[in-house]
This record gives sequence, structure tokens and C-alpha cells, in this order.
Amino acid sequence: MPEETLQPNMDRRNFLNWFLGTAAGAFLVSVLYPVSRYLIPPKVEESTARSVMLSIKPVDVKLNSGQIFRFGNQPAILVHTPAGELKAFSAVCTHLSCIVQYRSDVSHIWCACHNGHYDLNGKNIAGPPPKPLDEYVVNVKGDQIVVNKKA
Amino acid sequence: MEPQDAKHGKLWTWLDERVGLKELDKLAKKKQVPVHRHSVWYYFGGMTLFLFTIQVATGILLLLYYRPSSGEAYESVQFLMTEVQFGWLVRSLHAWSANLMIFTLFVHLFSTLMLRAYRRPRELTWLSGAGLMALTMAFGFTGYLLPWNKLAFFATSVGTDIPGVFPVVGPFLRRLLRGGDEVTGATLTRFYGIHVAVLPLIVTLLLGLHLFFVQKHGMSVPPEVEREGGGKRVMPFLPNFLLRDAVGWLAALGVLAALAAFYPAELGEKADPFQPAPIGIKPEWYFMFMFQTLKLLPSHILGIEGELVGILAFGLGGAFLAAIPFLDRRTARGETNRLFSWIALAIILYMLVLTYLGYTMSATK
Repeated sequence: MPEETLQPNMDRRNFLNWFLGTAAGAFLVSVLYPVSRYLIPPKVEESTARSVMLSIKPVDVKLNSGQIFRFGNQPAILVHTPAGELKAFSAVCTHLSCIVQYRSDVSHIWCACHNGHYDLNGKNIAGPPPKPLDEYVVNVKGDQIVVNKKA
Repeated sequence: MEPQDAKHGKLWTWLDERVGLKELDKLAKKKQVPVHRHSVWYYFGGMTLFLFTIQVATGILLLLYYRPSSGEAYESVQFLMTEVQFGWLVRSLHAWSANLMIFTLFVHLFSTLMLRAYRRPRELTWLSGAGLMALTMAFGFTGYLLPWNKLAFFATSVGTDIPGVFPVVGPFLRRLLRGGDEVTGATLTRFYGIHVAVLPLIVTLLLGLHLFFVQKHGMSVPPEVEREGGGKRVMPFLPNFLLRDAVGWLAALGVLAALAAFYPAELGEKADPFQPAPIGIKPEWYFMFMFQTLKLLPSHILGIEGELVGILAFGLGGAFLAAIPFLDRRTARGETNRLFSWIALAIILYMLVLTYLGYTMSATK
């Protein structure tokens, strides 16, 4: 008899309730687990590019101006400083990830979203950004600009 | 046939046997609405509901032309606005009705707060209402992205980055919301699904619950009116109050039609993930006070990142708002409690001032 194999105080109804509850719980888990996994987007190969050759020529970048370019799958900004230097930074604001731009009137890199200012070394100097922008290395070879990630 | 059925036709009797019209009739005749000097605030809930039905109807119409992909979304809305007959009207109605609905929802919320309608036994009515407000804002946030224009792109980029500032779970939450590490076409399809299927389902359920509570408890008479011995005068819901309600709906419809006709919804430029955020970027007006607060916070407060402090504060503010019926012990005991009126006024004032600053402060200074 099945009753004899159960704990003495567990009668048939208790057993059935327990059995039903467990089965319902198992069913729920078997539904919720795949759904929760489904909702997490799969990892996409991150661009591991360490350097990029720009389609812009050095002569085309005006003094005291900036330009957005693609570094892998991330936006970056090339700045021609008033001192004549070419510099490049990540263009993703460290505050809430908007894309920054160069403001020639104040010679700052600036984020329009929450009015964050960075100086020409990428350092956060005013507004809400908590960290500086990542700086890249700019090399000019003839009429080509090559931007590298720092080692 | 019973004598009182004689005045009804055969169809009524047929339906009554199957549906139970007699009970419904009794229920409708019993339903009354108190009349007092604050009765006017009763109309804003109904107006919000009316605007919600407009959202459902126009939303279904928009679905017929909209294409949820980063390559086609902007173009499909452009096509809708320029080629489809009355397409501009349907989209403008949807956009304006959303704004008006959030406005009437805020009025409804703050009037029930000021008039203490949340007190026993209506705590769950308040909680379901607070939930509906959160869902409505989620509606606004997800819908804003769908035209895939520049403003929407950056507003979403900022909005979905916000959960990312939390330590440990932040980056995971951000990925879950965006459907990837950045705002892309994957985010668009995700938001589309949430906007047209997930939220409508949850809102319908919660709204049903909210209306059930309202029906069960009837309209609340403000305690100060009760203390003065007022609020005993009533009007029947059917047809007196419903007809007055209909006047409110008609007024809302008039304002909506005028706004949609004279200020059609704009589309702007197509989103480009490799362009800087446009100058003067701003969210919808009902997020403006939060946006402006984030803008004014310094980068670090007591060693913690400013945005984290701001977002935690808003989270606590929301939790406080939802918990008010359980915190306001004095009103629950039937005593006067000015404190919560002052808190409500302070919240309204804060929202108004920050919103005003958001629209008037120079974008570049």
C-alpha cells in the first residue's frame, strides 16, 4: 500500500496537495526559466579593433573644431585644438552615455544632454560627468590619420 | 412575467434571464455621488479614462502603418504623416492625448492626495492608482522612442542608462532594457513590444482593479467636508453624474482636437548613433523635472556619483508617494493633518519650478 511508505502523519489528501503543488511549481519554473533566459540579449562580438584609419584627411579638420568618427562600434571624437594639436577621445559621455561634441566658442568637449564640460585632455571640468573621457592616440602619417587605443 | 418587467420589452426580458439586467439596474440606481464644494475634482479620473480609450483607439490605427525596425520606423512614420490620409491627425491625436492624459492623471493624483481620498478603506485604490501612474509614464517613455528620431534616440539612451548607474545589477538591467549594450534596433523592437502588448495588458488589469475599488467604496468625501457635516447631499450616478462626466470628456476632446489640428506632432530628424546629441535636447515635459535635477546635480555628492544620488532620491520619492496612506496616521484616525498637504504642495512646487527651469535655462551655459 502506498500509504505505508509515506510518513505516518501524511494522509492521502496531504500527499496529493504536495504532489500537485510541486508539479505546479515545476511547471512554473520550466516556463519561467526559458522566458527569463530569452529576455537576456545574446552577447554580440565586441569590436576588438585597437586602431582605426580615418576617412578624414588632416587638412580637412579645421582648427578649433571637432568631428565624430566610428571606432569599432563606438563613437569617438577627433578634436583639432586651438593650439593646433590633433586629439581623439571616446565620444560617449561618462555621465549617461550621450554623444559629446566639440564647442568652438569655449574650446571644450561638451555634452548637450546634461550640460557636461570636458577640457581638451578629456578631463571632466564642469557639470555632472563623474569621470574623464578615454583618450586615444592620434598619429598622422602623410595625409592619413590613424587613431589607436592606448596600450 | 413579473409586473415590473412589463414596462420593458421582450428583448430586455430575454437578456435579463441570461445576463441578469435586473441586478445591474439595481446597482446602477443605487450608485450615488456626493455633492460638495470639492466635487469638481471627481471629474479628472473619468477624463483620464476617456483619454486612455482614445489612446487605445488611435494606437490600434497607428499599428496598421508603423514598422518597428531601425531601418524603417522613421520612414514609416514619415509616410504616415505625409502620404496616408489623416495619418497626421491620428498620430497627432495619439501624441497629444498621451500628454493630456498624463496631465489629467497628475491632477487626479494630486487632488486625491490633497483631499485625503486615500484614507481607509481606500488604500488599495491609491496603490493601484500609483501603479497606473508608473505604467503610464512607462507608456510615455517607450512610445517616445518609436518614431526613431534624434530626440527620441538620445532621450532613450539617457533613460535606459539610468538603471545602469546602480552598482552590481546596473549593467545587467541596462542590457535587459536595451536588448544589447547600446540603444539599437533591438531596443526599438523591445520597446515596441512593451508599448503595444505588455503595458496595455497590465494597465487593463490594474485599471479594472482600480475601477472595481472605486465602484466598491464609492467616491470619498473629503474629511474637512465631513467634519463640517457636509457631503450628505448626493446625486445619482445615472444619469446625472455620468452626463456631467460626459461634459468633461467633451471638453477634453475639444482641447485635444484643437491641439492636434493646430500643433500636429513633429517628427524631427532620423536618429543617428554616430552624431552628437542635439543642442537643447529634452525629454517629454513630465520627465523634465527629473531631467533638470540630474543636470543641476554636481558630479559627486559626499563621494557618491551625483546621478546615483538623484536617481535614488526619485526612487525614494516614488515609494513615499505610494506609501502615503500607510504613513498618514493622523488622517487615518480622523484628525486633521496639515503636514501631508504641505508635503503635497512642496512636491507640486518642486516639479513646477524644476520644469520651468528646464524650459527656460540656456541649453549651452
